[in-house]
Amino acid sequence: MTAFFASPADVRERLAAVDYLADDAIATTVFLADALGKPLLVEGPAGVGKTELAKAVAKAANAELIRLQCYEGLDEARALYEWNYKKQLLRIQAAGSDQAWERTHDDIFTEEFLLERPLLAAIRRSEPTVLLIDETDKTDVEVEGLLLEVLSDYQVTIPELGTVAAVRKPFVVLTSNAARELSEALKRRCLYLHLDYPGPERERDIVLAQVPGIEADLAEQLVRTVGTLRALEIKKAPSIAETIDWARTLLALGLDQLDEAAVAQTLGVVLKHVSDQERAVKELGLR
Amino acid sequence: MSLVDRHTGFVAALREAGLPVSLAEGLDAVRALQVIDLVDRPSLRSAYAATLVKRPAHRVTFDMLFDLWFPSALGGGTASAGADQEPSRSTGPPALDPEVQAIRRELSDLLLTADDAALSQFVRMAVGRFGRAPGQRSWFSSGVLRAMSADTLMAGLLSAVLQGQERGGLAERVARRRFRDRITRFEQLVATEVRRRIAEETGVERTARLVVRPPLERLDFNRATRAELTALRREVYPLARRLATRLTAKHRHGRRGRLDFRRTVRASLSTGGVPLTTHHKPRRPHKPELVILCDASDSVSSFAHFTLLLTFALREQFTKVRAFAFIDSTDEITRFFQPGVDVADAMTRLAREADLVWITGRSNYGHAIEVFADRYADAIGPRTSLLILGDARSNYGDLALPTLKRLVAGARHAYWLNPEPRRDWDTGDSAASAYDAVVPMFECRNLTQLLEFVEEIA
Repeated sequence: MTAFFASPADVRERLAAVDYLADDAIATTVFLADALGKPLLVEGPAGVGKTELAKAVAKAANAELIRLQCYEGLDEARALYEWNYKKQLLRIQAAGSDQAWERTHDDIFTEEFLLERPLLAAIRRSEPTVLLIDETDKTDVEVEGLLLEVLSDYQVTIPELGTVAAVRKPFVVLTSNAARELSEALKRRCLYLHLDYPGPERERDIVLAQVPGIEADLAEQLVRTVGTLRALEIKKAPSIAETIDWARTLLALGLDQLDEAAVAQTLGVVLKHVSDQERAVKELGLR
Repeated sequence: MSLVDRHTGFVAALREAGLPVSLAEGLDAVRALQVIDLVDRPSLRSAYAATLVKRPAHRVTFDMLFDLWFPSALGGGTASAGADQEPSRSTGPPALDPEVQAIRRELSDLLLTADDAALSQFVRMAVGRFGRAPGQRSWFSSGVLRAMSADTLMAGLLSAVLQGQERGGLAERVARRRFRDRITRFEQLVATEVRRRIAEETGVERTARLVVRPPLERLDFNRATRAELTALRREVYPLARRLATRLTAKHRHGRRGRLDFRRTVRASLSTGGVPLTTHHKPRRPHKPELVILCDASDSVSSFAHFTLLLTFALREQFTKVRAFAFIDSTDEITRFFQPGVDVADAMTRLAREADLVWITGRSNYGHAIEVFADRYADAIGPRTSLLILGDARSNYGDLALPTLKRLVAGARHAYWLNPEPRRDWDTGDSAASAYDAVVPMFECRNLTQLLEFVEEIA
């Protein structure tokens, strides 16, 4: 396998070129995941750019992104592969009665009747691939067991066909909101990156990159205010995505100063619980 | 010490501090070290963190140990090698010393900028200068923090950025928080630097053992500092969410409900009356009613707070939750926990408005239980689980065991959570085993134990 990146600095530069601003930890961890050929588990609160990271890596490395969205009830047939039963049935009926059963049996369990699902597809591709397994914490524990073989050896065992090993190891990113603790076995096989809310400088740069036309001064005020909101004891701290929404809102309303009135007017963009809003109004002295 | 020795020492220290670092992960770390630039300390830190630390709660411990095993400098560092030997002159209050004032001005400038490297450099110098008073053998951060008294710089910092803007408004609050964060960062750096100096003189392993605190989920409620309590409170909602997910999953995966005879027979018609597949009624979710009776006196209040917060955050898992608090008298406190109410508010209102004190204001379990039985006996019915939170220290007062026995007999289940370590039960005025005979008592000192218990009853 040829690596995507040459050094952490290279990661940072190329991610920045596709508008993803990585800090030291992100750059080093992505570089290591690439260099060691290990899956990368990204955990953190909602809306800090976990999924974006995978997309940015794919873009920066010129690789195709294959995405497996996890949900409750996800099973092997949706994640790995499935036999195309209808086509197999047609094949059996078309074969007629003169053909021996053994031959038909061998015929219907071939590539032709195999439906690829994201995990198998990612493993069989010979071009550069980024495999994104999104919201891993939403699946049932059994699916984690399924992932173990894929993630540690990059191979899939299909009883009728044998073991399919990776032609070229994909770059795997798993994301999780920590709604449930992932199993130790899965964590052990991954490199771990905890993405948290960024520091004010980095968040300001993100806002400037994502919201064209915003004044640097306003962006600075904005991220500092968001930082203050996050420090309050509230139920749902504003995410980066919400900071960006806020910046767009201010721009659309034509506000160029983030003063008490402006904050009180637009607070609903960042805080989405009544009790959180009340608390912010009280603590920041908005009224 | 070779690199391999240092690596194994570091991994051993992490394990000793309670981080589950497996052999495979240790090897991953070594492989990572081969591909990164070892001279670059931040990327060395990230490499270790990515391979060894898989839980955010362990990160604090990891950072502390990393700073000890891979120190940022040796001795006084290169830039201020001479500064160490210079004894600090403690004639008169340090605030009047012109040299100290110059240093404080420098600190003030550094706090205004966001230059972390320069701040670390400054801290190294400051600890070298003020960290060890003449005659002291070890290093202390208190001396540095006293001499710098960073908090008193706040007024100057604020007026530097606000420049004539209206005071007391949003701008000031935002700026104040920004500097508060910077000052906290400064204090952290001082603590790290002092630890590094101590480790240099007394050995890394020994220092590590002294300074490492248990991770948040294993921290004793009674021993937590104020900052840790705030951190714990922040954990309550994510924890409750995680627990709720697990509980719903558990309920769904449980055995199927009773046979649905009608549907089974109907379905059998298509197979000629042979019931090939049986249909079952969905199982009714088991949702107990919960009555919580908690000791709100100072000795156990932080524990009681957490348990209350957690149970109310989990209220969907119960049919009904009613909470009562007592010190030496009992009052219902359910009203402070209405849905959507702010957590911190509820706690302050509880302390202010609830009628918990009868005479002394010291725990009196006997009287509290009598009052509860007298006023709120109707809260307990055959479907209720009664949960008592307290250390069973009744100041040698009456225990009201017969009343409690009657209450427990009326409830479906009863549990007692005691935040004290089991070895302290029955010491002094603790009536643990007397109550244990009536209500099964469990030790519940940290979040892990609390979660295990809640999962058990829900």
